[in-house]
Amino acid sequence: MSFPPALDIDHIAKLARLALTAEEKATFAQQLGDVLHHIEQLAKVDVTGVEPTAHASPIFNVWQADVAQPGLTVADALRNAPAQRDNMILVPKVVE
Amino acid sequence: MSSELYFRTIADLAAALDAKQLSSVELTQAVIARTQAVEPHIQAFNSFDESDGLAQAAASDARRVAGQSCGPLDGIPIGLKDVIAVTGQPLTASSKMLKDFVSPYDATVTTKLKKAGAVLWGRLNCDEFAMGSSTENSAFGPTSNPWDPTRVPGGSSGGSSAALAAGEAIATLGSDTGGSIRQPAALCGVVGLKPTYGLVSRYGLIAFASSLDQIGPFARTVEDAAIVLGAIAGHDERDSTSFQAEIPDYRAALTSQRGPWKLGIPKEYFATGLDPEIAAAVEKAIAFYQSQGCEIREVSLPHTQYCLDTYYVIATAEASSNLGRYDGIRYGHRSTAAKDAVDIYAHSRAEGFGPEVKRRIILGTYVLSSGYYDAYYLRAQKVRTLIRQDFLNAFCDVDALLTPTSPIPAFKIGEKADPLALYLCDIYTIGVNLAGLPAISVPCGFTKSGLPIGAQLIGQPWKESSLLAIAHAYERAHPWSTQHPIL
Repeated sequence: MSFPPALDIDHIAKLARLALTAEEKATFAQQLGDVLHHIEQLAKVDVTGVEPTAHASPIFNVWQADVAQPGLTVADALRNAPAQRDNMILVPKVVE
Repeated sequence: MSSELYFRTIADLAAALDAKQLSSVELTQAVIARTQAVEPHIQAFNSFDESDGLAQAAASDARRVAGQSCGPLDGIPIGLKDVIAVTGQPLTASSKMLKDFVSPYDATVTTKLKKAGAVLWGRLNCDEFAMGSSTENSAFGPTSNPWDPTRVPGGSSGGSSAALAAGEAIATLGSDTGGSIRQPAALCGVVGLKPTYGLVSRYGLIAFASSLDQIGPFARTVEDAAIVLGAIAGHDERDSTSFQAEIPDYRAALTSQRGPWKLGIPKEYFATGLDPEIAAAVEKAIAFYQSQGCEIREVSLPHTQYCLDTYYVIATAEASSNLGRYDGIRYGHRSTAAKDAVDIYAHSRAEGFGPEVKRRIILGTYVLSSGYYDAYYLRAQKVRTLIRQDFLNAFCDVDALLTPTSPIPAFKIGEKADPLALYLCDIYTIGVNLAGLPAISVPCGFTKSGLPIGAQLIGQPWKESSLLAIAHAYERAHPWSTQHPIL
C-alpha cells in the first residue's frame, strides 16, 4: 500500500467549508505535509485480518422506547440563532 | 492540612460543613475572594458569576439546616471546563465561534452535580474545542501555571488544573480525549482521572472526538477524585455509548481494596525523550510499590510507537465531522462578509475557528476524503484494535500499569510553536484513550526548579475502584498535594 503524496489544500479547504487565506494555505500545507509524513508509518503495521475498532465500549446497538420526551421550548432552541424572525432562523435567500 | 479554606479537600470540608463548623456561603466566599485575588495572574476562568455561586451556596446551607444534605459534594464549589453545558451559562469551548453562546440545557454531569448539591463555580479556560496540550490555543488567551506563571498549565483542560492548583475551586471537571485531564493534572501538581470510555455520560459535552472523549474530575486527592467520580458516573440513555455498569462506592474501595498488587511497567514508556528528573521520580514511585510487597513486572506494549499517528488520524477525522455543525446558520458565529448562503459556511468557519482547529479540520477532512479513507481512517481503526489488544494482553498479568504522565514538565508559554512538537506531549496518555481505559495522574514529586511531576496509573476497563485504591496507597505515603504554589 502506498500513501498519497502532498495534499491539495484548495480541494480539502473546499470540502471542509473553510475560507483560508493564501498565508494559511501555505502554512497548513507545509505543517500537514510534516504530520502526514509522520503518519505514513502506519503503513508499516500488518493489519491483515484485523477488525477495525470504532470505539472501545462493548456496546453495539442501543434501543430506546419511541416515546416523546420533554424538549427545548422554541425560545430556548432559537436563543443562540444569529438571526431570527417569527420563530424561525433567518438566512440569506438561497433561490432567487 | 492547609489552614486556608480554598486549599482544603472535599473530604475535609464536607466533614466541617456537616458539623456546622462552616457554611457553604463562607466557603464559597473564600473561593470567590481567592479567585478575585489570583485570577489576574492565572486567568484560569473564561467567566464566573459571584452572585450565582453565592445563591447556590445559600441554597446548600438551607438544605443542611433542614437536615436534607445531598452528601459530601453539597455546598462544595466545583469549576467546569468551558465545554460542559450548564443551563443559562456561557458555553464557549474557548472559541470565537461560540463567544456569545448560552447553554439551553444541562449536560448530564451538570445535572448530576446539581443533584449532589455542588456549587457550580465558573467556566474554565481550555484549548479551543479541547484541541491542544497547553491551553495556548484558547481564543481568549493562555492560562498560566500557578507554580510558574511564565509556564503553561498543560491542556487542553489547563483552566481546570490551574484553577484547582491556585485554590480557585475545590475540585473541577475536565474532558480527556488524548490526555487532556491527566497531562494538565501532572503539570499543575493535582490529581486527574480519566474514566473508562462509557462510564461518564458525554451528553452536553461539546464533542471533539466522540470515540475518545471522556469527562473526568480534577481533585486535590485521590479520595476527592473518588467522591466526584461517584457523583458523575452512571448510565445515561442520552449517550448511546454510555455503559450499563453498576457504580460501586469508589470512596469505600480506597480502604477496602488492599494490595499487594501486580504492577506492569511498559518498557516503551521509558524510552528516549523522557525528562531524567521525571524518570527518577517515577522510578521512586515504582520502588515504593515494591517496598509495599507489590510485584513489579516489565511489560511490553509493542504498538506504542503507532499511538500518536493512530490518534491524529482518528481524532482529526472525528473532529472534522463533529465540527461540521458550526456553519453560522443555527447558532455560533455568522460572518457578515459572506455574499450568499453557501458562502456563509466557509466564512463563518474561517472567522470563528482558530489556527489549531482549522489545522485539525483540514487533516481530518483529508483522511476521510474520497480515495484516502481506507489508507488512513480505516487503517488507523485497525491499528487501534492492535493497540487495545496490547493493553488487554498486559492486563492478563498485572492489575495496573505505572508510567510517567508527561515526558516533560510544564514548558514556557510560547515555547512550542511547531504543532508536531506539541503533539509529542501526549505520547504517554493517548494510548489509554484509544483503548478506552481508565487512568489517573497523581503528583509524584517536583523537579529541582520546583515544577510538579505526575505519575500515571492505567487500570483495567471498569476497574476504577482498584485503580483509585492503588493510587491512594501511594498518595497516603507521599502527600505531595499538601504543597501549594505561592502566589
